[in-house]
Amino acid sequence: MNTSAIAPTQEWPGPDSQADQIVDPPRYGRWFAVLAVATALAWVAFQLLTNPGFQWEIVFRYMLSPSVLTGIAMTIQLTLLVMLMGVVIGVVVALMRMSRDPLLNMCAHGFVWFFRGTPVLVQLVFWYNLAALFPEIGLGIPFGGPKFIEIPATVAISSFTAAMLGLGLNEGAYMAEIIRAGLLSVDNGQTEASKALGHKPFQTFRVVVLPQAMKAIVPPTGNQFIGMLKFTSIASVVALHELMHSVETIYNRTFETMPLLIVAALWYLIMVSILSVAQYFIERHYLKGWQAEVVQPQLQP
Amino acid sequence: MTKPVSITPDIAAIIAPRVESTPLVQISNVWKKRGNNVVLKGVDMDVHHGKVVCLLGPSGAGKSTLLRCINAIELPDRGIIYIDGEAIGARREGARFIRLPEREISRQRADIGMVFQNFNLFPHLSVLENIIDAPIRVRGESKATATERAYELLERVGLANKAKSYPRHLSGGQQQRIAIARALAMRPKLMLFDEPTSALDPHLTDEVLDVMKGLAAAGMTMIVVTHEIHFARQVADIAAVMADGVIIEMGPSKDVLTRPSDPRTRKFLARSLQEDH
Repeated sequence: MNTSAIAPTQEWPGPDSQADQIVDPPRYGRWFAVLAVATALAWVAFQLLTNPGFQWEIVFRYMLSPSVLTGIAMTIQLTLLVMLMGVVIGVVVALMRMSRDPLLNMCAHGFVWFFRGTPVLVQLVFWYNLAALFPEIGLGIPFGGPKFIEIPATVAISSFTAAMLGLGLNEGAYMAEIIRAGLLSVDNGQTEASKALGHKPFQTFRVVVLPQAMKAIVPPTGNQFIGMLKFTSIASVVALHELMHSVETIYNRTFETMPLLIVAALWYLIMVSILSVAQYFIERHYLKGWQAEVVQPQLQP
Repeated sequence: MTKPVSITPDIAAIIAPRVESTPLVQISNVWKKRGNNVVLKGVDMDVHHGKVVCLLGPSGAGKSTLLRCINAIELPDRGIIYIDGEAIGARREGARFIRLPEREISRQRADIGMVFQNFNLFPHLSVLENIIDAPIRVRGESKATATERAYELLERVGLANKAKSYPRHLSGGQQQRIAIARALAMRPKLMLFDEPTSALDPHLTDEVLDVMKGLAAAGMTMIVVTHEIHFARQVADIAAVMADGVIIEMGPSKDVLTRPSDPRTRKFLARSLQEDH
């Protein structure tokens, strides 16, 4: 039997190579799509520049006004605290739900059920008006037992604490589910290997399970964070002076509604952009060792 | 080509097997139920210091479950396993055994090395971090000491140049050798292997078996769940054949694996050897 001649190996087939190559078919449709998108963008730009209704000079006048800036500071502060509260509650509740202890499990289930099941708006107003139900807030034994500390509810609950409690507890319920999903995504063999090495339960969680779960936790948490940044505007119903409330107060006085809403929108856009960049770097950190291959979409003629 | 991997006798100094007459592992009448399925039906077995025991038998016989009970990854429903005379996962109070808190069980597990079928290296940690984490965190060793020892062990399994790699970038055989090094870094008095080569192709199987042979030669006490009859014949002192949750035959591996007395063992061996060729 005769074997065919084997060509000398080379680094890569040269231009005169006999090796066939698969090429992409021409994509004529894409040129029309590019044209359509470009036209639409041009129209948007034209409107933004020429439509007097936008009143850009008013937008720029208020962009850095002290009232707007204090609103932004409040929005950032509230978002950070609410998310911190959400993550802490979320971790605790997620671990409770995953424990084998039936009592812990039931409590966690009840928490998620209640706070996910009632509207945030109702929760906010409820906390704000807590004094109507409990004029005094204290720590002690219920049903007539001794009280250790007691303060009037109107003192304890400000707009800010009401917003934080309402949003934070609600966020905790959602974060609990996100974190639980993340923890469940880690292979059980990882826990077993960690145990076999003599790690204590908390070490197994801290060193082995959580860092791997973060891969699945970070993207939806980024989503929640960005959502919360804008969702804090709901706190304007309890008269908290955050970004949305601050522009509302201005346009209620000056009737420059459109430009001031644009001010708020631009600021939210800026803050969300910063968060998105932060999320990108956090995600990249937790992909260490995973060699993620991100496929970049390419525009080819 | 597989680089021949040798474990020099000086590993014996690290492992330091103790020559004693009481068995290192005593498995006493262990029963285990999973749902309605009884997977272990009163298993008794002693393993002496420095001995290599191979657990053989068809899948579903309860071999892996028994191994996991020795390490308290699962606790038996009845019966007690003793390591060095200490009950695993429980403390004795008169005639009763009270379950230990999880952190106490962790302390017991630290002395028992375990190697899994799927390696279970930590993918977010480098090879070096995989090996030094438990010695530092659990044993309280300094980072320098742990690192130095990690390189020694990597050298022994022939992978010193992979310290900075991540597990994903290694072949299955390399991952399993790292997993063995990781377990050895804790200076265990007993090593458990749960089908260490079942996820590997024959070529990679040999490099892992070579490491295990070196370990056995150095005097490590080992319990190995395996389907590698040749390895068992060559390396094991004792072979135990399990079926349906009981040990049907146990004895010196040369006898059990060449002249089995139980017809089920004969059938199992014939089938396993047939698959090998």
